[in-house]
Amino acid sequence: MAEGTLSWERVQVEREVETVSRPSLSYWQDAWIRLKANRRALISLYLVIALVAFTLLGPFVWTVDPAAQDLDQISVPPGADRTATVVGDYSPWRGVTATATADDGGELAAPVSVSVVDQPTTNSVRLRWDPVPGAGGYRVYRNRYDPEPDGALGLPIAEILNPVNVSFEDRLDLKAETYFYSVVALDGRGRESPNYTTATAGVTRVITAAEAVEKGLIDNESDVQLGDTVEMAFHPLGTDYLGRDMLARLMHGARVSLFIGIVAPFFFVIIGILYGSAAGFMGGRADQVLMRFADFVVALPFLLFMILLRILFNVESGDSGIGPMLVAMVLLSWPAAARLVRGQILQIREEGYIGASRLLGAKTNYLILRHMIPNTMGVILVTLTFAVPSAIFTEAFLSFIGMGVAPPTPSWGSMCNEGLKTMLTTPHELIAPAAFISITVLAFNLLGDGLRDALDARMRATE
Amino acid sequence: MSDIAEAPSPNVPDGAAGTGLDVRSLGQILYLGGIGVVALGVLLWLLAQWNEGGAGEAVDAATGTITLSLGGEPPQLDSTRGTDAVSFNILGHTMEGLLRYDAENRLVGGVAERWEIGDTTATFHLRREARWSNGEPITAHDFVFSWRKVLDPVNASEYAFILYVLKNAEAINNGEMPVESLEVFAVDDRTLQVHLEQPVPYFDKLVAFATYNPISEAFYESRQGRYAADAEDLLYNGPFTIASWVHGASIRLEKNPLYWDADRIRLNAIDYAYFTTDPNAIINLFKDGKTALAGLVAENLDDALQRRWKIKRFSDGAVFFMEFNHRPERLTRNYHLRKAIQAVNDSPELVYKVIKLPGNLPAASLFPVWLKGVDGYFRQEYPLADPAPDDELGRRHLATAMEELGLSEPPTLVMLIGDSPTAKKQAEYYQNLYKQKLGIDIKIDAQIFKQRLAKMTAGDFDIVAAGWGPDYDDPMTFADLFASWNENNRGRFDDPELDDAVDVARSSSDPKTRMDAMARVQQILFDEAAIVVSYERGSVYVSHPRLKGIVRRAVGTDPDYTGAWIE
Amino acid sequence: MLLYTVKRLIQGIVTVWFIATATFFAMHGVPGDPLMNDKAVKPEIRANLEARYGLDKPIHMQYWIYLKNMASGDFGISFTQQNREVNDIIREHFKVSATLGILAIVFAALGGILWGALTALYRNRAPDIVIMFLVILGISVPGFVFAALGQLSVVEINDWLGFTLFPVAGWGTVQHMIVPSMVLGLGTMAFLTRLMRSSMLEIANSDFIRTARSKGLPVTRILRKHQLRNAILPVITVLGPSIAAITTGGFVVELVFAIPGLGRYFVQAVQQSDYTVIMGTTVFYGAFLVFMVIVVDVIYGFVDPRVRLE
Repeated sequence: MAEGTLSWERVQVEREVETVSRPSLSYWQDAWIRLKANRRALISLYLVIALVAFTLLGPFVWTVDPAAQDLDQISVPPGADRTATVVGDYSPWRGVTATATADDGGELAAPVSVSVVDQPTTNSVRLRWDPVPGAGGYRVYRNRYDPEPDGALGLPIAEILNPVNVSFEDRLDLKAETYFYSVVALDGRGRESPNYTTATAGVTRVITAAEAVEKGLIDNESDVQLGDTVEMAFHPLGTDYLGRDMLARLMHGARVSLFIGIVAPFFFVIIGILYGSAAGFMGGRADQVLMRFADFVVALPFLLFMILLRILFNVESGDSGIGPMLVAMVLLSWPAAARLVRGQILQIREEGYIGASRLLGAKTNYLILRHMIPNTMGVILVTLTFAVPSAIFTEAFLSFIGMGVAPPTPSWGSMCNEGLKTMLTTPHELIAPAAFISITVLAFNLLGDGLRDALDARMRATE
Repeated sequence: MSDIAEAPSPNVPDGAAGTGLDVRSLGQILYLGGIGVVALGVLLWLLAQWNEGGAGEAVDAATGTITLSLGGEPPQLDSTRGTDAVSFNILGHTMEGLLRYDAENRLVGGVAERWEIGDTTATFHLRREARWSNGEPITAHDFVFSWRKVLDPVNASEYAFILYVLKNAEAINNGEMPVESLEVFAVDDRTLQVHLEQPVPYFDKLVAFATYNPISEAFYESRQGRYAADAEDLLYNGPFTIASWVHGASIRLEKNPLYWDADRIRLNAIDYAYFTTDPNAIINLFKDGKTALAGLVAENLDDALQRRWKIKRFSDGAVFFMEFNHRPERLTRNYHLRKAIQAVNDSPELVYKVIKLPGNLPAASLFPVWLKGVDGYFRQEYPLADPAPDDELGRRHLATAMEELGLSEPPTLVMLIGDSPTAKKQAEYYQNLYKQKLGIDIKIDAQIFKQRLAKMTAGDFDIVAAGWGPDYDDPMTFADLFASWNENNRGRFDDPELDDAVDVARSSSDPKTRMDAMARVQQILFDEAAIVVSYERGSVYVSHPRLKGIVRRAVGTDPDYTGAWIE
Repeated sequence: MLLYTVKRLIQGIVTVWFIATATFFAMHGVPGDPLMNDKAVKPEIRANLEARYGLDKPIHMQYWIYLKNMASGDFGISFTQQNREVNDIIREHFKVSATLGILAIVFAALGGILWGALTALYRNRAPDIVIMFLVILGISVPGFVFAALGQLSVVEINDWLGFTLFPVAGWGTVQHMIVPSMVLGLGTMAFLTRLMRSSMLEIANSDFIRTARSKGLPVTRILRKHQLRNAILPVITVLGPSIAAITTGGFVVELVFAIPGLGRYFVQAVQQSDYTVIMGTTVFYGAFLVFMVIVVDVIYGFVDPRVRLE
């Protein structure tokens, strides 16, 4: 051994080794690849993009004013007939008076010769009848169905307390359909006679030339003549209870619902990040105090406080718009995000690779930028995505109990709530906003699932 | 959502998970499910024992019981302190004052058998048979006690003002005189002598109001501050007594056998089994045959027609209007601005196209059509000319207003409204109307009940959507609303001529003079555009076909089932 | 263990104090007060009303009195239900809400576990697809739409049957309870079904099931003894927080079905600015939630030896 000399020789570095590794992927590239592999998440992502486009670009394509009321087309379902006949201007009717003949005692007879005067239109239906001897007044009923055979006269549309008035002009919510008008006599004490006479009126939809110009259906009053037909304004998804265009309202309602849904979580997550990372970095006593406060806020019953704060901010500002709701939601929701971020930071701080990084001489700034933020971003993004559906639901809930945004600003929640009332007769007012809420909530839920799987390998479920 | 389809796990032998496993483990699941359902049944049964409630069918002829829904828990059944419709309704069925309204809305004797009302005095002779539900007779002392209680400042009764016609009442209520100085005397047990501040032609109508009900002093004191807190903390003298009261859930009334006119009462029990104001719940309960009466809203009229129900209508007596803020710092103090808004107002359009509910009437006058005048109806005797909407006139007024106010464009006004769906709907309609016709922007400020009142009182609005319901059956209940001294005049409308007319109407006992003065009030309100009237409220309802004799009315107990029967 | 429980309880009490304080000041920050009413009253009468409820005292005094009363379990007298104590109101109405909540949880848990197990069993076949579609609906449709549709279906079913199978509204009997609690539990049921399904599938892939399978244990036994039991564990973990959420979240169902629960009462109280009821209810619910969390944590310490309580 002793004699042996060791010769040290520099080994030639082989530059041209065959590379077997694939190019290193950044965290986000990796996540994107995994997200792309997830078909459902991808579809949801496209849906979310479509919804955002619907909200932001929609109003430029469909330029109907969501606040414009068309009182001639109230609660019209999609695809309903829209033709209207041009008629002259409406002028009030003075009615018909006749002196009733003397009372012959006994039961009051049914009015005779109940007839429709003039053409019955959606502007007005005019009825007249012969006086009933001994009557103290009349009651007029209107029905959409034939009162025979069981005498269901329908809506008591008018009460005439003066027996000399033997006519009635109906203007209440007239639609282009056939109505059955029944007239009964009342005695001096207002009691109704069992005898009635029915007349039918086939109502035609009409519009005056002036109204047609006002609504932009024609350019000049001289363009049409009496008796011509014009097409009423087109509403692809129908109209609501004030004749406003549903599609336009859905687009504008999306602004409120998506705004609340996206901006509120955005704000509280930012506050959460600041608060949580402050607590996480400071540690010790400060961390204890900060997190204890966050615990208090978490313990506040959410919906109860949501209602209280909403009213507080609403009354203070006199502004019943989105603002108060947003502030209330942010104030109550930040601690969850703060806790999460703090937990992540505490955890990451203890990770081996951070220690290794530090050993290699990494500065704090580098650690934060290179490790802390990317590793927390995933969790934060997932939280944000899952917070959207719950924020949208909260807005809808507040609208349901009458504490939503102030009219006339539409929101999906308030549209749903309005639609519920008429779901039997005009279901389109409920279905459209409800579908939009459901699709949005679903899209964000699926996207959240996909993001969770893609962003955090440890959080990947078997699903 | 799962993604199993794309990533089948290699460790689960799909074949094994096939046929064999399926059947047998489905059995397992069903077995487990079975146990769960049985456990659930037991749990349900246990929970049902813990809760109380449950009600019968809408009408039950065998027991003479009807089941109804009520707007909510009656907040205050102490007649000296009650203020709300639900409490007054229960009181109307369980208590009786000196006078009451009959089925045709005529005043008839209640506890009082005979009465004489002079210019400033009134004497009531009480019935010998009138008794409390503990068998004690009702005496004149019970009225003296109750009326003093109402006016006692310590009791802080919100309806004390309705007793101000009694001599010294207002001073007592202000704490300036002792309660004993009230000039109402029990001459003997069955004679009540009343002195009035000034002639009150409608005093008989006032004493029918629930705040004038008697209370037994001995019983009141025996409850030690819990009077009216529960069914057994009340003594009844009306057609019914409260048999059971599950707070917040149900109230059951049963016929009072000791009521002096018990023969008149044909129902044995009224079961208010549901407390709700939700129109859908109300109509669904009726559809299901669980309640005997349901108010309809515009949204469910079509459904009602389809079911071929017999629909009835009534007026609830209230008038709704847009009230302007007349405080000096407000734009709406400007006469022409108010006139502009008045000119474009289209009450028929609101009623026929937006409200859509029969029973509501377009209106221009603060005085509703059902009010009585000298001989007939007030509005037939003193009609108010109601011009059709005139946009051109409106724009002219607006131009003048803008000039006077130094505005270069139409102003933005704040409209204060309540938070009910109807209020919001109407506000949206008006917002659009003013914008279209005048270019005036309206900012809607929707507030919940108490907050809206707070803002109204503080004058924090330009226009407020308000309404007024009658307390008693005389035009005066509306006429003094906008007198400058009235606390309910939230817009602080101040017009000496109107105050003068109100004074004339209050101090005179001649019907013609009074009604002439009321007509002046009506005209001033319109000419000055102090308010813009929107509509007179009414409603339609359906009732069980076998339940007869329900009375609906604008003033007094409504709906009134005391004279009802099951056919 | 005991030390931990005591420590948590003290923390809980401080939390409740915080909730009470926050509620008090939030409530008193809102202008407009419970004494306002349709008819305006004179200042003299108003002063008397204020004196009755102690509202004439300076706010710090009111706060002090409120805390003192609360410490002795007295929430005062309601402003709108002028003869009722808030304690009574809470007791009577919470009973109803609790019943509804418990039933909803049971429905949700039972349904979630059963449906979840079924879907895992029939994965990617008809039952799975149908149930998962319903689950998607359950997760994405707002609760009040379900409640309204639920009530409407009950009306139609009764109409079709010709007798009342389930009452459309109201409270008291077993029939009254079934539909509202199912509607209330629906969201949670959907959530649990999903959880159960994935948890079943995950365990099917786990080592110990594979071991059991390789030992030749019958499949049913595996399912019963291992898979189902282990799959239920995470479901139970989730149930804890849902109990609180459902009990406080019954507002909508109570409103729609006219159920005299505390949630509906709270909404009414807010509309009437009924200070005492609002504060009482909020503090009560807050305390209830805090207490539930403590109970769940402590129980967890007993059940799962891996959890160390500090």
